[in-house]
Amino acid sequence: MITVNIDGVEVQVAEETTILKAAEKAGIWIPTMCYSEILEPYGVCRLCSVEIIRGKRSRIVTACNYPLRMNGITVRTNSPKIQSIRKIIMELMLSRWPNVEVVKNMAKELGVTEPRFESLEKDESPDACILCGACVNICRDVVKANILCFANRGIKREVVLPYEEKNNQCIVCGACAYVCPTGHIKLKSLEYERGALRDFYLGPKTAINIPTLQAIPRVPVIDENSCIKKKTDGCGICSTFCEPEAIKYDMEDEEIEVEVGQILITTGFKLIDVTQMPQYGYGRLDNVYTSLEFEHLLNSTGPTGGTILCKDGTEPRAVAIIHCIGSRDENYKKYCSRVCCMYALKFAHLVKDRTSAEVYQFYIDMRAFGKGYEEFYKRLLDEGVNMIRGKVAEIVEGPVRNGQKPYLLVRCEDTLIGKFREIPVDMAILCPAFEPSEDAEKIRKILSISQSPDKFFLERHPKLDPVATMTDGIFIAGAAQGPKDIPDSVAQASAAAARILSLISVGEVAIEPIKANIIEEYCSGCRICNNLCPYTAITFNEEKKVSEINEMLCKGCGTCVSACPASAIKGKGFTDTQILAELEGLLSV
Amino acid sequence: MSEEKKQNGWDPKIAAFLCNWCTYTGADLAGVSRLKSSPCVRIIRVMCSGRVDPTFVLKAFENGADGVFIGGCHFGDCHYSEGNYKTFRRVEFLKVFLEQFGINPKRLRLEWISASEGDKYAETTLDFEREIRELGPLKLIKE
Repeated sequence: MITVNIDGVEVQVAEETTILKAAEKAGIWIPTMCYSEILEPYGVCRLCSVEIIRGKRSRIVTACNYPLRMNGITVRTNSPKIQSIRKIIMELMLSRWPNVEVVKNMAKELGVTEPRFESLEKDESPDACILCGACVNICRDVVKANILCFANRGIKREVVLPYEEKNNQCIVCGACAYVCPTGHIKLKSLEYERGALRDFYLGPKTAINIPTLQAIPRVPVIDENSCIKKKTDGCGICSTFCEPEAIKYDMEDEEIEVEVGQILITTGFKLIDVTQMPQYGYGRLDNVYTSLEFEHLLNSTGPTGGTILCKDGTEPRAVAIIHCIGSRDENYKKYCSRVCCMYALKFAHLVKDRTSAEVYQFYIDMRAFGKGYEEFYKRLLDEGVNMIRGKVAEIVEGPVRNGQKPYLLVRCEDTLIGKFREIPVDMAILCPAFEPSEDAEKIRKILSISQSPDKFFLERHPKLDPVATMTDGIFIAGAAQGPKDIPDSVAQASAAAARILSLISVGEVAIEPIKANIIEEYCSGCRICNNLCPYTAITFNEEKKVSEINEMLCKGCGTCVSACPASAIKGKGFTDTQILAELEGLLSV
Repeated sequence: MSEEKKQNGWDPKIAAFLCNWCTYTGADLAGVSRLKSSPCVRIIRVMCSGRVDPTFVLKAFENGADGVFIGGCHFGDCHYSEGNYKTFRRVEFLKVFLEQFGINPKRLRLEWISASEGDKYAETTLDFEREIRELGPLKLIKE
């Protein structure tokens, strides 16, 4: 520790501490312009100049990057000499960038009003570049992309991209725009890709974020595609802020092997990709949303805080809710997705509740199947929701007369009155079909269980055993088995959990007695069966020169039984004698 | 069975070996779904289509079957990993063999029907029954 005297205040600081930091500790303000906490001190604005006195000699240094290395230094931050230096710096800056906010404010702070000089490079724009170098430094030191640089010298100095050309090496992290004190660097908003992030989210996110508010465990994750650390190995700022040091950049997806006795598959659903139905304009027209997106819009933690707004920020005048997008459709999914009718009614209710918009429901059939659902439907009718029975043909942009707000036109046949109708709306909500989640097929292959023609997992029996599968110990629940709403999913999951627990509490499992065994006397040792067994349960006993079956591995398929030329292998429960007797009996009548 | 009945009111006998996991369950589904499948099919359940010994097929023909139907899981879906591949191989051999015996190989049919394909089971059996009817009763020269 060394002691330093700043304007008469004695402070103790660690060696190598800068004067600026020491002054901060002493509670003394030193004006700065180019200094930033997250960057290495650059000392380019010279505004933090202070006078240091050692013995009889005094020097002018910049406080931001002057490290204290010995005792007995006296620093004066506000001597007449320093005051005049600061004033001249400020006057020079003000003469060159008279309209920049940070320069004006600092000049006012330091009592400079009118510069005495006339700059040759005067820039009167309010967002002029003041050459603080923050952008260049962050790009080089923090982001490590090293794109921005200074060019030229003296009054011709400027910040440029290499060769003053658009550069593809720029990773568009936005760090330069973030640190720019004047707003000279602006991020041009690129049209954001709806496709990639369609499911739960309508607006921009930071590279480190909590995916959804309901996420379990509720911890932030790093988006590999936008994290600067992942791209250039620079930045890493989040780890300097994280006190428990929980951020690990080298963490990777890992496979963990767990031994289990039973498996419950609850892979759920995803919504059908609506972009394959171009007639609804999703992804092409503004204000056409899927139900999940609209749900996000309704959410109090959503992009609008739960207010229902069109993309231009105005309240919609009319909202169309369109059922059966891809469900009950011969071209896509033949089945009914089951939950859409009721959430569509909920949407209608919330739109009515939160806005004064007209609500139109376009339905094929209303299916209010559950407890209290029909009552809710009746209530909605009383609330004045317009119900139109008919499948929507297309959604197009309405013809706009000058000055009018653009709107959407929903075209459909109203089958109740037998007429073609065009309804102008400001927002359209699509209710897409349910389909099994992407990984369901992968899991199906791993566990080799069956799926119904609709690609959802197949239950052992549709009525008597709806949670079990054909394979013992594997159960299914929720939307993985078929489209279903929350109460149904909870009921099925509870049933599956109970089934699993009942087996666990018994502690032992009865296995099928169907196994194959070899009668040694008959076995010729031909080894035909050895390679047939998919479970490698058959091995050849070199001493006895016969094949042997490991009963623990044998699953009882009987492939070896039918292959044995000597009929030495017997399949318990399905012996040749049994099957042939069965055959004889069946064919005798 | 009299010759007369064989000519007029003849119903084919079809012996079917169905695998426990796919086709047998598929047949069950066809029943649960109230689908019309062939009434001539006489089902024998085996754990895997791989259990079907070629002898069974020959014995079935010997015992008066006019057609033999074998149902297994689709490739890659076999409950026992690869039993159905073995069945496929055996049936192809067996067909050559049958021809040498003077039995039309069309009388033996192998189909992959999964547990969810109740409708396929119904259609396939009806189709097989029609085909056997066209071929007529199987006449074996017995010594």
